[in-house]
Amino acid sequence: MDTVFFVGILGLALVKATPIAFGAMSGLMCERSGVINIAIEGMMLMGAMMAFLGSVLFDDLTGGNMPQAASLVVGLLAAMLGAGLIALLHAVLSIHYKVDQIISGTVINLLAIGITNFTANAYIDPNGIAGVGVFPVITIPILSKIPFIGPIFFDHAPLVYLMLIMVALLQYALFKTPWGLRTRAVGEHPRAADTVGINVNRRRYINVTLGGLLAGLGGAFLVLESVGRFQKLMTTGRGFIALAAMIFGKWTSVGALGSAYLFGLSEALGVRLQLGDVNELQALALLIGLGLALLALVFAGLKLLRRGTDKRPTRAIGIVAIAGLALIGAALFINWPPVEIPIQFLGLLPYVVTILVLAGFVGRAIPPAAIGKPYEKA
Amino acid sequence: MSDPVLRLAGVSKRFPGVLANDNVDFELAKGEIHALLGENGAGKTTLMNVVYGLYKHDEGQIFINGQEVEIHDPNDALAQGIGMVHQHFMLVPVMTVAENLMLGHETTRGPRLGSLSDLDDKKVAEDVKELGEVHGLAVNPGALVQDLSVGAQQRVEIVKALYRGADVLILDEPTAVLTPQEAEELFRVMHSLIAEGKSIIFITHKLKEVLEIADRITVLRDGKVAGTTTPSETSESELAAMMVGRDVILQVEKKPAHPGEPVMKIQDLQVRDQREQMVVRGVSLEVRAGEILGVAGVQGNGQRQLVEAITGLAHVEDGHVFVDGKEITNLKPRAITETGIAHVPEDRHKHGLVLAYPLDENLMLQTYYMPPFSKRTFIQPKAVKENAERLIKEYDVRTPSITTHAGSLSGGNQQKVIVARELSRDIRLLIANQPTRGLDVGSIEYIHRRIVEKRDEGVGVLLVSSELDEILGLADRIAVMFAGEILAVMPASEATKERLGLLMAGVQETPAAD
Repeated sequence: MDTVFFVGILGLALVKATPIAFGAMSGLMCERSGVINIAIEGMMLMGAMMAFLGSVLFDDLTGGNMPQAASLVVGLLAAMLGAGLIALLHAVLSIHYKVDQIISGTVINLLAIGITNFTANAYIDPNGIAGVGVFPVITIPILSKIPFIGPIFFDHAPLVYLMLIMVALLQYALFKTPWGLRTRAVGEHPRAADTVGINVNRRRYINVTLGGLLAGLGGAFLVLESVGRFQKLMTTGRGFIALAAMIFGKWTSVGALGSAYLFGLSEALGVRLQLGDVNELQALALLIGLGLALLALVFAGLKLLRRGTDKRPTRAIGIVAIAGLALIGAALFINWPPVEIPIQFLGLLPYVVTILVLAGFVGRAIPPAAIGKPYEKA
Repeated sequence: MSDPVLRLAGVSKRFPGVLANDNVDFELAKGEIHALLGENGAGKTTLMNVVYGLYKHDEGQIFINGQEVEIHDPNDALAQGIGMVHQHFMLVPVMTVAENLMLGHETTRGPRLGSLSDLDDKKVAEDVKELGEVHGLAVNPGALVQDLSVGAQQRVEIVKALYRGADVLILDEPTAVLTPQEAEELFRVMHSLIAEGKSIIFITHKLKEVLEIADRITVLRDGKVAGTTTPSETSESELAAMMVGRDVILQVEKKPAHPGEPVMKIQDLQVRDQREQMVVRGVSLEVRAGEILGVAGVQGNGQRQLVEAITGLAHVEDGHVFVDGKEITNLKPRAITETGIAHVPEDRHKHGLVLAYPLDENLMLQTYYMPPFSKRTFIQPKAVKENAERLIKEYDVRTPSITTHAGSLSGGNQQKVIVARELSRDIRLLIANQPTRGLDVGSIEYIHRRIVEKRDEGVGVLLVSSELDEILGLADRIAVMFAGEILAVMPASEATKERLGLLMAGVQETPAAD
């Protein structure tokens, strides 16, 4: 067990966390303004297909004369457009027509599955269309040379960096700017916002649509970064995991990144262990320990962020941190017997973590007060 | 004389099926406090929401300083210097005071990035500091609104309106949530603002306050102006008659009580709320047959949990409740009902009625499983119908039919349905929590009379109310509840508004004091 294993798995976790973080930010955008978004999955799926079609068709139409990067960027824009459009549909249904937002979200999810499966069956698969490739990894000079940290954070594809920038930007925007203040007011107490002259429904329209663009980026990541081509139902529940990450992150983007990283870690672990070159029990213990330590860090961060309102006991955070460190220690110093874990089980890890997190660790997460309620102008 | 700051000419506002404002003329002079008086549903708030741009009027004109203006939304109103403090505060509880103050027209610092600039809380704090010093409107800009007392939240609302440059301030039922002392404090602030040249519209249904503070009074009834007068030209009973449209008896007529044996004894009761906070902290009380024990207190001091614990709706953490010597602590609500307790709950929509049920079914909710309503597991429609017809007549419930849904009745009639159901049973004890909140003067008069009647029949009554006038008018003995404790119990003859007000604010009486 050496640092290479560590660095590899922690870096891979960031990659795996990227689409989940984009999805969680999409949900955050909607829900902070008071609109429930369970349609992240559908928006991401739509984004993935549009990213594929956009890049392939652009490459095709220009006769392959344009550089690969141009096709990929067009794919990215197409993804945002596609997901943005069905997000707009969610907005129209739930804001204008006041359809129950869970129903509307379900409709969007089913619609996205229908459209993408149909397109794949009717057009992509029969024609055997291949993708134009993926964005190259950009190694950031100097920063990537920092031992340990460097390779984890600064040796990635551009969309990973974009995700990190968006997380920071959204955190700042939500809590430090007029836009964020108004968005939060609309999600908490729309009537109060109305009485100071804020147009509640217009703001919700804008936020839901912007949320769609973010989900589109998450979908595009799967095609333009991870796989390189479109497969039916390729989001495999990441949109719902993103929803869990958003809730677990207490409706903040930094919190959402933290929990997305936790899910990314479990996925990365599953992938890494399938290679079969490490002692699996030892690695599991190590990573669960790391996960707990990280969890304690997220909790402590949130507690600092909202002094006074966060009621999580400091002692509980300490216990989680100590348990995590103890497991890491045990992993490093005990000789673990080799055990074969079936590959199928390893692939299950992210979903198991989701269930555990939602069932056990969330505690009482308090959503924006006006969430799910259409605004009736008296 | 110069033009009035605000003038309404022939303003009408229609809602589907209702004419909420009917050709209303109204005038506000610079530097005056103009009270807008009327019953609930008379159209006061609707009229002011028209002025504030939340509703669009169907007919009529609005003039500001003599100029006709169009007000389409609150932004227009704010631009014309009109600010409004709503009855239900328009503050976001999870945000700080500073954030609430600037919401909608934010102060920023650093690079100008439009709506993505950096918010400047410090500037806001500096800006509002002066308001606090001059007018006694001190607020803590860094505090979260949800941690503030109701009085402090109201100050934030007033500061919010002033901070936006309001010259005309509309205060909608501002004293409904305040103790008498807090109300006095508010009146001082209002005078201080008037002295500075602001003008205030003061919406209320409390007659005494109007006579105390207003320069002019306009009374609304059924959406129409019933008259405009000044405090020196009128009296409480005259104003009440204008509000209701007929003479009303403001003081409940009641004979001295003849208390008998204790019906209910509460010993050292402790109750937690949903957030696990201890909100009833060792309450001991005794209610005797044939007397009304009034529990006074500002809302949210544990009264609701006290009532819920007695009636079996909340879990009693510690302590005992006895009715006629039999312990009923933590029994099921049905068992408690069967010991002869009637309960008129605080929230008639949530706990008093099933709004989607017709009246006849609502009128048998407590005893539907017993004869005569049920025999051998089947409901007896004839008995249900007879019961409903009898009670609706006896209690003067105005309804199109006995199968009308409870939700479509007016508040006063809904409350009469609950009172009819509870009082028609054979009871030993009546627990009434805010029995007349939000009702018109006529219904209040009626319900008060019924409560006194029950007392004279020998029923013990526990009356919980945050309206001091109601407590002083009805109760034979008065207990004051503050922060989950009973601070004092006194005979009604020894109670004054001032003494109760101090106790309601948590000021303990020293035993030696006179």
